[in-house]
Amino acid sequence: MTTTTTPAAVGTIQTTYREALREAIREALREDERVFLMGEDVGRYGGCFAVSLGLLAEFGPERIRDTPLSESAFVGAGIGAAIAGMRPIVEIMTVNFSLLALDQILNNAATLLHMSGGQVHVPLVIRMTTGAGRQLAAQHSHSLEGWYAHIPGLKIVAPGTLEDARGMLWTALEDPDPVLVFEHSSLYNMSGTLPADAGHRDIQRAAVRRSGSDVTLVSYGGSLPKTLQAAESLAADGIDAEVVDLRVLRPLDDETIMGSVRRTHRLVIVDEGWRTGSLSAEISARVTEQCFFELDSPIERVCSEEVPIPYSKHLEQAALPQPEKIVAAARRVVG
Amino acid sequence: MSKRQAIAARPSAAAPTRAAHRLGLLREMTTIRLFEERCIELYSAEKIRGFLHVAIGEEAVAAGVMQNLLPEDAVVSTYREHGHAIARGMPKDVVMAEMLGRLTGCSRGRGGSMHLFDAGLRFYGGNAIVGGGLPLAIGVALADKMTGRRGVTACFFGDGAFAEGEFHECANLAALWRLPVLFVCENNLYAMGTALARTHAQTDLALRAASYGLASWPVDGMDVLAVEEATGRALDRVRNGGGPCFLEMRTYRFRAHSMFDPELYRDKAEVAEWRKRDPIELLATRMKQDDELTDSDREAMRAQVEAEIDQAAQAAEGAPLEPVEELTRFVYTEGTGGVR
Repeated sequence: MTTTTTPAAVGTIQTTYREALREAIREALREDERVFLMGEDVGRYGGCFAVSLGLLAEFGPERIRDTPLSESAFVGAGIGAAIAGMRPIVEIMTVNFSLLALDQILNNAATLLHMSGGQVHVPLVIRMTTGAGRQLAAQHSHSLEGWYAHIPGLKIVAPGTLEDARGMLWTALEDPDPVLVFEHSSLYNMSGTLPADAGHRDIQRAAVRRSGSDVTLVSYGGSLPKTLQAAESLAADGIDAEVVDLRVLRPLDDETIMGSVRRTHRLVIVDEGWRTGSLSAEISARVTEQCFFELDSPIERVCSEEVPIPYSKHLEQAALPQPEKIVAAARRVVG
Repeated sequence: MSKRQAIAARPSAAAPTRAAHRLGLLREMTTIRLFEERCIELYSAEKIRGFLHVAIGEEAVAAGVMQNLLPEDAVVSTYREHGHAIARGMPKDVVMAEMLGRLTGCSRGRGGSMHLFDAGLRFYGGNAIVGGGLPLAIGVALADKMTGRRGVTACFFGDGAFAEGEFHECANLAALWRLPVLFVCENNLYAMGTALARTHAQTDLALRAASYGLASWPVDGMDVLAVEEATGRALDRVRNGGGPCFLEMRTYRFRAHSMFDPELYRDKAEVAEWRKRDPIELLATRMKQDDELTDSDREAMRAQVEAEIDQAAQAAEGAPLEPVEELTRFVYTEGTGGVR
């Protein structure tokens, strides 16, 4: 090699969210023989979002298992295999399809340990796509991770950065309980740099992605880039927003959320799920329970409109949280 | 007693003679029958609550199948599983304590009648969603196959589950991946109160299972020797890499679906007809014909089983309840941080 590299490039790699996920799966398959990937089109097709592209050639059909379109059977098979000592990664194409496996996720994965008096552990990871923005209409675009976060026995994570896409899977696989990983479909092409030795990330804590003193913007997953963009717009107007990335939707990291609210005294929650009975409602309730007297103004929420997500681009975009809606909400709470 | 010993110590395992072997089967079925009859009494006395589904009349399936299973095999069952658990080797006192919701129960009293678990025996419930155990079973079998273990997973379910999508998904997947699964369909002709013929256009379940590529055949589920023979044949096939098998155990439930069921949907005459083929009497009669059983032998055995059940019931009634402070234990694995 005769080309020179700039010092900044040493030790970093250019990557995408998709590639970071793939590298995490590859690492798990290499390092732990109990790990295998199972789901629809994960093998020959390469994954419907191309996350597992190339893994079949590298690891073979025993460990990269194409399944029939039988969500309940292959999710349940993942649960059974986990009980019997494997560390399966089950991929479901989208959260809407996961409803076909809801019996297995709720009645088995989330329940068996408690119902068996602590005997039956389910160390399973289920990955699925969530969210809108690709004009896929109402049966491929919903954000139902908040539903899953309702269920005791599950852990729910939503990587919103390259670091988390790369680093959360390993930790999820090490966890003795079922972990659901929600990957927002708008993030797969997100690119950037990662340290070449980017490591494993915790699945317990929220993270402050931008420090600020005037208002806390709580967000996660696909809404995180929009929220950070909103924070920049607010900064241009002299409003210093702090952005908290939940990362983990269950268990919620109250300490980080409350810590931020105690600093800024104002809160906007951004969640692509519907508002009614939602994760944003849960966070709002916790903040009022735990630091009501710290609040200088009512809490605002920016959520999806309460409609099935439509196909037509202008309608779809109107249904979703957008930076300008976040900015407007932040301005209202700052007053 | 270790789990392995518990299975090896089943009454008829490796019995030296045919007579002793059959006596073991008779004892197993009698145990299940008397255990469940005691459960009904305890339910009437309001010591057992919730749902109670007894399998009285279906004991030959539990006893005959379990005879053939080895410690490395696994079992996934339904909400009508007391007999499966006992025949798998779960101690009666532990099962009874679970029925009474006690801390000493196999699931600490959290599961009750429908959710018996014993991970050491590879007995993975006790699933009360009809069809819900099937995906779990093929997953256990998948893990055993991928790790090169020799175990077979025996998956029990009823004719009701045959109508669920999960059965059809799992039958296909098990056949496709040649998983070591024994599907044991307990066809007692009723999905709760609805007759098979009222809800299925084709009621020959073995025929339908065969269409998935499962080796399938019907079995006289009232004849424990037929169940035992068929299961042995099926397991040989599964163990030798022949792929999954499906056994349609044609059986009948003598009692109501649950304690809440007034049985408006079937004739007493139909029940009486099936009772003539009581699996326990069928075996006892055959043994007597073959000079393998006397009335006094049988009475002595029955008295002994009754005494064991008395003891189990007494122990359960005297056992502690799980302290309420432990309610939230095991939502997550301990030591990994819980949900705040």
